[in-house]
Amino acid sequence: MSVPLLSLAGVGKRYGGGRRWWPPAQQAAATALAGVDLDIGAGASVGLVGESGSGKTTLARIAAGLLAPSEGRVQWCGRDVRALAAADRRAYRRGVQYVFQNPQTALNPRRRLGAILDDTLRGLTTLKRPQRQARIRQVAAQAGVDTALLGRFAHQLSGGQAQRVAIARALLGSPRLVILDEPVSALDVSLQAQILALLADLRARHGLAYLFISHDLAVVERLCEDICVMHQGRIVEAGTRAAVLGEPRAAYTRRLLDAVPRMRA
Amino acid sequence: MSRDASRVAAEGIATPALPVWLRHPGAVAGLGLLALVLLPALAAPVLPLADPAQTAPAQRMLPALSAGHLLGTDQLGRDLLSRLVWGARASIGVGVLATVIAALVGTVIGLAGAWLGRWADALLMRGVDVLMAFPYLLLALAIVAALGPGLGNAMLAIAVANVPFFARAVRGAALEIRHQDYIAAARLAGHGELAILAREVLPNLAPTLLLLMTTTLGWMVLETAGLSFLGLGAQPPAADLGSMLGAGREFLTTYPRVAVLPGLVIVVLVVGINLVGDGLRDLLDPRWVPRRPGAGLVATRAAGPVATRAAAPVATRAATPAAAPVATPVAHGRGGTGAACADDLPLLRVRGLEVRLPAPSGPVAAVDGVDLDLRRGERVALVGESGCGKTLTALSLLRLLPAGAVQRGSVRLDGTELMALAARDLQALRGRRLAYVPQEPLTALDPLFRVGFQIDETRRAHGADTALATPALLRLVGLSGVADLPRRFPHELSGGQRQRVALALALAHGPDLLIADEATTALDVTVQREILALLRRLCAEQGRALLFVSHDLAVVSTLCDRVLVMYAGRIVEDAPAAALLRRPAHPYTAALLGATPALGRPHKALSVLPGAPPMPGTQPSGCRFAPRCPRVQPVCHAGEPDLVPYAGRGEAYQGQDWDEGRRVRCRLPLEDEA
Repeated sequence: MSVPLLSLAGVGKRYGGGRRWWPPAQQAAATALAGVDLDIGAGASVGLVGESGSGKTTLARIAAGLLAPSEGRVQWCGRDVRALAAADRRAYRRGVQYVFQNPQTALNPRRRLGAILDDTLRGLTTLKRPQRQARIRQVAAQAGVDTALLGRFAHQLSGGQAQRVAIARALLGSPRLVILDEPVSALDVSLQAQILALLADLRARHGLAYLFISHDLAVVERLCEDICVMHQGRIVEAGTRAAVLGEPRAAYTRRLLDAVPRMRA
Repeated sequence: MSRDASRVAAEGIATPALPVWLRHPGAVAGLGLLALVLLPALAAPVLPLADPAQTAPAQRMLPALSAGHLLGTDQLGRDLLSRLVWGARASIGVGVLATVIAALVGTVIGLAGAWLGRWADALLMRGVDVLMAFPYLLLALAIVAALGPGLGNAMLAIAVANVPFFARAVRGAALEIRHQDYIAAARLAGHGELAILAREVLPNLAPTLLLLMTTTLGWMVLETAGLSFLGLGAQPPAADLGSMLGAGREFLTTYPRVAVLPGLVIVVLVVGINLVGDGLRDLLDPRWVPRRPGAGLVATRAAGPVATRAAAPVATRAATPAAAPVATPVAHGRGGTGAACADDLPLLRVRGLEVRLPAPSGPVAAVDGVDLDLRRGERVALVGESGCGKTLTALSLLRLLPAGAVQRGSVRLDGTELMALAARDLQALRGRRLAYVPQEPLTALDPLFRVGFQIDETRRAHGADTALATPALLRLVGLSGVADLPRRFPHELSGGQRQRVALALALAHGPDLLIADEATTALDVTVQREILALLRRLCAEQGRALLFVSHDLAVVSTLCDRVLVMYAGRIVEDAPAAALLRRPAHPYTAALLGATPALGRPHKALSVLPGAPPMPGTQPSGCRFAPRCPRVQPVCHAGEPDLVPYAGRGEAYQGQDWDEGRRVRCRLPLEDEA
């Protein structure tokens, strides 16, 4: 079996819990994540579902290297991300990108979108300015962003347009894995359908792997072949879409599926 | 992209910087005042002024307009105008230098604290605290006392005394920025922390810093003047405004001019600086939109509408007879809309409801002629994309619109015209006859008070004797099992429990009508299901009507009997839930349904509805949905269709008329061709 792109083994995250020096006491710790094992192969599409506070975003941030785990190991192409050589570190940095839930807070409100994209490309690559401009135009076209919008600020865009820009930013460095943290939750169904179609198209075109976080099972079902169900900081069930949604084994998964409001027509 | 262009134009953003400057009256006034003092001060060396230090005892206290002395002379015969100009120059120079030094040092300390965190932050901030613990002027005095009097030392003292303010403010702002997603995004782009500080943090700190600097600059000028006034700043014969004030004080009764003039210059300088500071803050905020003077207020007052302010019972204008609107005749529904029989008066009857929002180009209608009827015990949903006017419609039923919004039309609850009620009478109805359930109960509950206190407060609002007892209320919303719930604070409850508390507050006085705005949107599905079941039970058991605002058709289908679909401020379809979901008549409804993913059908092709709803004020003249409609015909652009009864095929469904009371605002509804 080939080495997975990203591999998490026994990953946990605690907040607090140190020893207070005065008055000396052991402080209470909150466990956000415990014993998570997750492999994402190249081109895979993994959905992560669960309630708010179940640890989905913590897990995603650890996978992206934005947060250090308290325990466990994160591997990129079989190598521990804490001990990557410089070249591998750059590859990891370029290889994993993130799309946040709210594009308006994920784009610096005081910088023009073109400058934000250019900056991203400058950080990830050694391209010269004309090459960067060409790349930005290319990716913007793929993400359905009118290049005329790049002279604007984020707040001048609608939610759907801003999310397209955020997706374009994530794609600039040709990543192999894109982590999507509730990318359509803040959007109306009409825009949600647009963005879901875009994400499916981009994945097919670039062979991207997705780690797709959502509380909406119907959305995850559309986009992901594999689904992990999280509950209270643990993955309680993982498997193919058909297995998890069709024959759920964990009690919590069944409870979640029962609760989904269905169109009564 | 023409819609985007018009949207930007409507927000007035595309205008370049200079005209925006001129459209900010405060900044213009401030600049004017500042120029009055600053220009002569800057030009002092080249102006034909007398030597400010040249004494002439024979010519002391010459009156203004004397030959060679425009403003006269002081107690030593020195030219007052020259001394004012040179004094202002010294004061401004010291103020600016002190501000820059304090800002630089404070920013470095504040950023270091916010970014390094842990012990470095603790150490820096405790050091700042120590500085702050000294009374402010005392600290400056102590520093000058140690260094010796002189303008330079006074400047240093004032700079040091101001460092803590900058450090604190910068640290606070930086901590907030640090947790923003765009900082995480910059890290993902592989940028180092210093680059992130320079490129991402500083631009966002700049407004805070500039505002702080300009307001502090005013302070600093005052403080320099204060130290000089005490004789610790500028030493004779040099002068700044403060030392002139100090020297002139002795002659205040005999020659007030000598002290009043420097005082006046100080006032003009400081007020000018502060006004410019406020203007700068607005102009640096990319979201700031210049107001066109009078555009919003005058036009709407002329129309005699009711203006309300959020939650505050101050809409006194509503009480005046002139403002009481007449129930406008129904213009959009072709008379009797069929939703209610004449003998069975609906609980809520809304006619011609309009909500206007202020915009740079004048008020625009965000809700535009909404008619709706709600019968007792009926559960009605209001759906549509964001920006369609759902929330404004819901709020206007309670007359709780945000400040600046203006509503017209008729809202009758059980025959009582709410729009004509005085604020006090309306307040007596809110909570008792109609109640509101908010979307996010964490922000709707006061975080500082225990839940029990908040329930009691609501019960007492209309007399606790008629209200339900707290235990009964808690039982009603399924919270009786939670131990010592009344003793807890809102943050100690889960999201579902908070929403139940919000429901309990709404139910305390047994209202006839519940208005719930996205009341389950922020909840997890498992909790959402429980709240939906609770809402259904509360309505069914007690014959209570519900207006449920939502964007989620699946949620709506499990809860409501009837659905109103809103688009661009208008109701475009009104139908029984089952009929609407199975066979939508309006293309917009069909598009919404087609875009909703359904669990268990991952391969269902989602219909993609291009674009977004038009902004208020930019609606097309024909059918408002025509620009996005997949079935648009030339006829659709010729005037807007009315909301008319729609018969469909007249089929019966489960023993009742499938399309009873159905209305649609479309010339070419979907069913006709089927």
